[in-house]
Amino acid sequence: MTATLLGSADAPAASVPSTGRARRRGRHRKWVLLFLAPWAAGMVLFFGYPLLATVYFSFTNYDGLNTADFVGLRNYVFMFTSDPLVKAAAYNTLWLVVVLTVGRLAFAMGVAQILTKVRNGSGFLRALCYLPSLAPPVAATLTFVFLFNPGTGPVNTILGWLGINGPLWFNDPNLSKPSLTLLTLWGSGELMIIILAAMLDVPGDLYEAADLDGAGPWMKFRKITLPSIAPVLLYGVVNSIIFALQYFTQAVVAGSVASGSADAVGNSKLIGYPDNSTLTFPVWMYNEGFRSYHMGYASAMAVLLFIVSFAFTAILIRQLRAGKAEAS
Amino acid sequence: MRTPRRAALARAATCSAGALVLLLSACTAGGGTTGAQDAPTADQKVSLTVYSAFADRELGILNKVLDGFHAAHPNITINSQGSQDDDKITQAIRGGNPPDVAISFSTDNIGQFCSSGAWQDLKPYIDRDKTDLSQIPKAVQDYTQFNGKRCAMPMLADVYGLYYNKDLFAAKGITAPPKTMSELLEDTKKLTEFNPDGSIKVAGFIPQFGFYANHPQIWAPQFGAKWLDGNGKSDLATDPAWTEMFNFQKQLVDFYGWEKLQKFTAGLGQEYSPDHAFNKGQVAIMFDGEYRTAFLKSDVPNLNYDTAPSPVADDKADTYGGGYTTGTIIGIPKGVKNAGAAWELIKYLSMDTNALVQLANGLGNVPSTKAALHSTDLKMPAQFNTFLKIFDNPNLANNPASPNGGAYLKTAEDLGSSWQSGQVKDLHAAFAQADKTIDDAKALGGN
Repeated sequence: MTATLLGSADAPAASVPSTGRARRRGRHRKWVLLFLAPWAAGMVLFFGYPLLATVYFSFTNYDGLNTADFVGLRNYVFMFTSDPLVKAAAYNTLWLVVVLTVGRLAFAMGVAQILTKVRNGSGFLRALCYLPSLAPPVAATLTFVFLFNPGTGPVNTILGWLGINGPLWFNDPNLSKPSLTLLTLWGSGELMIIILAAMLDVPGDLYEAADLDGAGPWMKFRKITLPSIAPVLLYGVVNSIIFALQYFTQAVVAGSVASGSADAVGNSKLIGYPDNSTLTFPVWMYNEGFRSYHMGYASAMAVLLFIVSFAFTAILIRQLRAGKAEAS
Repeated sequence: MRTPRRAALARAATCSAGALVLLLSACTAGGGTTGAQDAPTADQKVSLTVYSAFADRELGILNKVLDGFHAAHPNITINSQGSQDDDKITQAIRGGNPPDVAISFSTDNIGQFCSSGAWQDLKPYIDRDKTDLSQIPKAVQDYTQFNGKRCAMPMLADVYGLYYNKDLFAAKGITAPPKTMSELLEDTKKLTEFNPDGSIKVAGFIPQFGFYANHPQIWAPQFGAKWLDGNGKSDLATDPAWTEMFNFQKQLVDFYGWEKLQKFTAGLGQEYSPDHAFNKGQVAIMFDGEYRTAFLKSDVPNLNYDTAPSPVADDKADTYGGGYTTGTIIGIPKGVKNAGAAWELIKYLSMDTNALVQLANGLGNVPSTKAALHSTDLKMPAQFNTFLKIFDNPNLANNPASPNGGAYLKTAEDLGSSWQSGQVKDLHAAFAQADKTIDDAKALGGN
């Protein structure tokens, strides 16, 4: 009763400062919105509108020059029934998603783990491992294709000294994607640095306690390191998946140079060399939109790519949440 | 605080949508003009923007010729922009800010340029000025129009023929270049040398599709292979010349072995570098365009080589002397302000003998009118004469324009590579599938 009385008696008195707080909060919100406005305008103009427009164009026959004609699901039907190369492109991209994601993560984690153990010259080594990620993709790809040139490249020359008949690398449809994978692993310093930072953030006393309990290196890695860096690893997985889904420059440059026509990069007849093994989904999408003037069809491909990449990410995040919920 | 998970989700959404954003073009350009716009009067000052893919030395040569135009038309000044390929030209048209004159290195997109109206119909100008198109060979007239709509004029041509290394020929006792495909096969076998480990040391002739200038459209005229039937449908499966051509190439590939050939070509220099295999005597015979003479003169001036028309199928011996042609095209994009002045420049660059000869001498291409072809001012190396003769031959041919660019060329080339590597077992079925793919892709754009 007292509480009720006090409460009711206090209510008018308390309403004065709470109104002031509300006013202040309102003013604060306005400032926040004002500062956000340029970003929001950019988001709507350069992201929201193009997003919706692309979805619209995916239902049209549009050459990018004239008015778009509504054709219903024709582009989607063509994609799933009549375009043989879209299947090859989807397969190549899926291959890269799986192999690049696993490979990139394992490689970056392995290098980061080694770097945590280095005592002397660790700064130099970290910089050395990070540097390749700064190389422009075109330059890095050109270098790799020349290094792995089956006839004149140093890699096969060295293999030859060891009595090994070097493979065709970028010129072999079965090895072109693994060769691109090697290129990507070499340039995964950015992910390595992020994982390294996460590993160095793991409290040392956890490892000391594990040592006292007699845990071995594998057990410590599995039970302490991995769970501690799990959010960063998830970021790495999502980042790698999106990277693979958008794989473009390296595939185009590698194919053109390996075919012997480096000056004709982007020539639609040469993309995918050898045997369309480097034809990724975005490369084919670009070709259809800008070279074959099927902008409506390319928009349909873009919509599919958007749905797939978003679904991949959503599933991963849901899995992680489910895992965390179980753990707690 | 932004957790890595949230950041990842945000990044995922952003990057995924980025793929969509990539494909969006801002807006379409305004409508084109229908009639012929008058040329500016002498007191009307006009500035023309010209887009071309020329760069460095070649851009300098074009600019010199453009200076000649300005001297004749002092009221028209020209802003020449180099390194502008078809993508950039198309983007400029889409953006509603096109150049007054567009020069394209490729004829692949002529179908789209004409059918979409991206490049204006030049007929009103040609009719008004009574431009003499008979000065231009039929094949060249064909590759500058689509379905009867002329939206471009030729500005120099590329002509393809055969290059051979005379020293390698002499070493093997071969006295003349091959005129038929059987002779080509025979010479290839004679000229090819293998290393002790079985790898190729010198290749007589490299047949792989996609390598250097080995593209189906360059081979097709030598076999009389037709791309389209009477209804405009892809004709690979029904025209026996395609089967004959592919079978011949397979014979060549099988002579070397696909693996050996792949390894050999992978180690050769790039097509437009001084390390080109022909420069280094690693290849004895090759098909290539007339422009190669300029590269050879600059990179290996002492190379003992000659040129000839490419060989033809054994049963088409009467067509020997012709060859494949393509070239640089020039047109007026839609939505330009100074179309009348632009046409004056186009007329100058495509029909004026002096301008064409000056361009041909500088760029090492074939001038695209008969008058310029026979001009005594044409100063070319002796090996270049072959290409002038091929250009003048009635069996000069080109590939048809398509509304979806060079998509059908990729389909044919992909099939060729698969056939050569042995992946295709039933060639006829593969041709039929390729026909369907080509026709379906064209139909997608409503054609």
